[in-house]
Amino acid sequence: MENIIRLRNLVAEYDGERVLNDISLDIRDKEFVTLLGPSGCGKTTTLRIIGGFLQPKQGDVLFEGKRINALPPYKRQVNTVFQRYALFPHLNVFENIAFGLRIKKLPEKEIIRLVGEMLALVGLNGYEKRNVGHLSGGQQQRVAIARALVNHPKVLLLDEPLGALDLKLRKGMQVELKRIQQSMEITFIYVTHDQEEALTMSDTVVVMKDGNIQQIGTPQDIYNEPTNAFVADFIGESNIIDGIMHEDFLVEFAGQKFECVDKGFGKMQLVDVVIRPEDIRLLPPQEGDISGVVESVIFKGVHYEMIIDACGYKWTVHSTLCEEPGAIVGMHVKPFDIHIMHRMEEE
Amino acid sequence: MKSKMISLPYLIWMLVFTIVPLGLVVFFAFTTPEGQFTLDNLTNAGQYISVLLRSIWLALIATAICLLIAYPLSYILSRMHVNRQRTFIMLVMLPMWINFLLRTYAWMTLLENNGLINRFFGLFGLGPFNLINTEGAVVLGMVYNYLPFMILPLYSILTKIDNSLIEAAQDLGAPSRKVFAKVVIPMSMPGITTGITMVFVPAISTFIISRMLGGGSNLLIGDLIDLQFLGNAYNPNLGAAISLVLMVLILLFMSIVNQFDDERTEGMLL
Repeated sequence: MENIIRLRNLVAEYDGERVLNDISLDIRDKEFVTLLGPSGCGKTTTLRIIGGFLQPKQGDVLFEGKRINALPPYKRQVNTVFQRYALFPHLNVFENIAFGLRIKKLPEKEIIRLVGEMLALVGLNGYEKRNVGHLSGGQQQRVAIARALVNHPKVLLLDEPLGALDLKLRKGMQVELKRIQQSMEITFIYVTHDQEEALTMSDTVVVMKDGNIQQIGTPQDIYNEPTNAFVADFIGESNIIDGIMHEDFLVEFAGQKFECVDKGFGKMQLVDVVIRPEDIRLLPPQEGDISGVVESVIFKGVHYEMIIDACGYKWTVHSTLCEEPGAIVGMHVKPFDIHIMHRMEEE
Repeated sequence: MKSKMISLPYLIWMLVFTIVPLGLVVFFAFTTPEGQFTLDNLTNAGQYISVLLRSIWLALIATAICLLIAYPLSYILSRMHVNRQRTFIMLVMLPMWINFLLRTYAWMTLLENNGLINRFFGLFGLGPFNLINTEGAVVLGMVYNYLPFMILPLYSILTKIDNSLIEAAQDLGAPSRKVFAKVVIPMSMPGITTGITMVFVPAISTFIISRMLGGGSNLLIGDLIDLQFLGNAYNPNLGAAISLVLMVLILLFMSIVNQFDDERTEGMLL
C-alpha cells in the first residue's frame, strides 16, 4: 500500500502558542487511522491542516506525493465530518447531502441516485424531506457522514464524530463506521480522545500528547507494547511504579526483584514499571509476591475493580474474584506482563 | 390565568394607543367633516398617486443602498474578533445618540449651495453643484438616518452563523462566492427581511427628511399627511384616508417581504 497523505515536520501555532511540534506522519491508502490523545494534544489541529482550514507554520502536507499546503479546502479531495455535524439548517436532509453534488453541477437524475445510495448506506431512507433540526443526534450524525461520503473523497476526516452521542448509540456507530470504511474502501482519519473507540475501529493508532506523537502502531501494539508510561496510562488503566533495572531481564520494584522480559536499559537504571490491572492475579497472602490490604471494591460488571494498598502504592486490580475491603491479599504478576519503560521527562 | 394577567399592562396600552386611534383613522377616512359616511376622501387621495409613487421609489432606493452598504459591513464585522466587534457596533450606534433633527440640519449646512461640500469643490474651481433640494439629498438623508436599523439585525443574525458551517461548505467544494450564495445569504434571510422592513417603513412615511433636504419640489406622502393635519391644507378626513392607503401599502409590502422568510429558515436559530 502506498502513502496517500504524508505530513512532514509540521509546526503549528495558535496565538503564538505552539500546538504542533514537528509532526511527521505517513498515512497509507484505505487505512483507518485514529489520532488519539487528550484535549489540547494537537489532534484536531492536525486534522484541520489536512482539511486545509489551517496553515502550518512550518512543514509540508503531501497528498499523493504532491505538496498541497497552499490548496484551499474546496479544491482538496478530502471531506470532513465535523464535530458538531455542521449541517445546513436552511436545507432539508436531501439538500444537505446533495450540497457538494450541486456545487459540481451534476445532472439532477445523478444527484437523486447518489443521494439515495447514501441514504441507504447510512440507513436513513425516507428521511429526504425532513428538516435537519428535527432529527436526533444519531440521525444528524448519519446525515453528516452521508453528506461527506457522497462526494467520494479519497480521504474522510472525522473530528470526534461520536462525541455527542450516548454510549449505546456510540458503540453501534463505531461498528457501522468501520463497515462503511471497508465497503467504500477509502482512507479514514479519525480524531478522538476515547481510547476504547480508537482500539475498536483503527488499523493504526497515533497517540499524541502536547503536540508530539508518542507512538504509532496497531491497536494491539499500542495496548500491549506502549512505548512510555503516558501511552500505557492513556490506553486503558495502568499501574505505573518506580523501578530499578538491575540488569537485563531483572527489575526491582515494591521492594523485591522480579524477572521480566525487557532488556537493553543498562545496569541500575531508574525506570517506569507498567502493569495492567487485569494482569495482576490475586492469591492468598502467603502465596503472592507482594501482599497488601484491599481498600475499596467497585463492581464494574464483568469484573471487580479493587484498590489494594501495598508497599506504599495503591494498586488498581481487576479481578473476577471479589475480596472484602480490609482483607489481606497476595498479588502475582507474570514476567511477560511486566512492562519496563524509560522514565518520562518530568513535566 | 396568571400569565394573562402579566400581559394586561400592554393590552391596555395597545387598546388605548393603537386600537382606538386606528379606529379613529378609519372613521375619519370614511366620513365628511360633518360626520357623514363618504368615499370621497379615498377617491380624492387618488389624485396624489404621483406623490405616493415617488415615496415608494425613494424609499426603495434608500432601502437598497442601505442593504448594499450594511451587508458587507455586517459580514466583515461578524467575522471579527469579539472585542473589535463591540467597538465597531458602538461606532455604528454613535450617530443615534445625537438628535435626529440636529443630524438632518447638519446635512443641510453641508449640502447647501455655499455649504462645506461646495466650498471644498470651490477650492478646485468646481461647482457650485446643486446638492440640496434634490431627490438625491432625500435619499442620502434616509440612508444616513436609517442605516443602523439595517446593520443591527443583519449583524446579529450573521454572528449566529457558526464558522463550522462556512467551513463545511468549503469542505464540500464551494469557493467563497458559492459559500456566500448558498449558505451565508440564505441563512441570513430573516435578518435581511427585518432590516428591509425597519428601513423601508420609516423611509416611506418620513416627512422631516424630505422637507429639510428635499425642498418644496420633493413632497413625499408623509409631508402630505402632515399638511392635512397641521398645515394650511387642513383636512383631517383626507389625511386619514391617505394614512389608510399608506398603511395598506406597507402591510402589502411586508407580506411580500415575508414570503422570502418562510419556514425554511425557521429552524436555523436553534
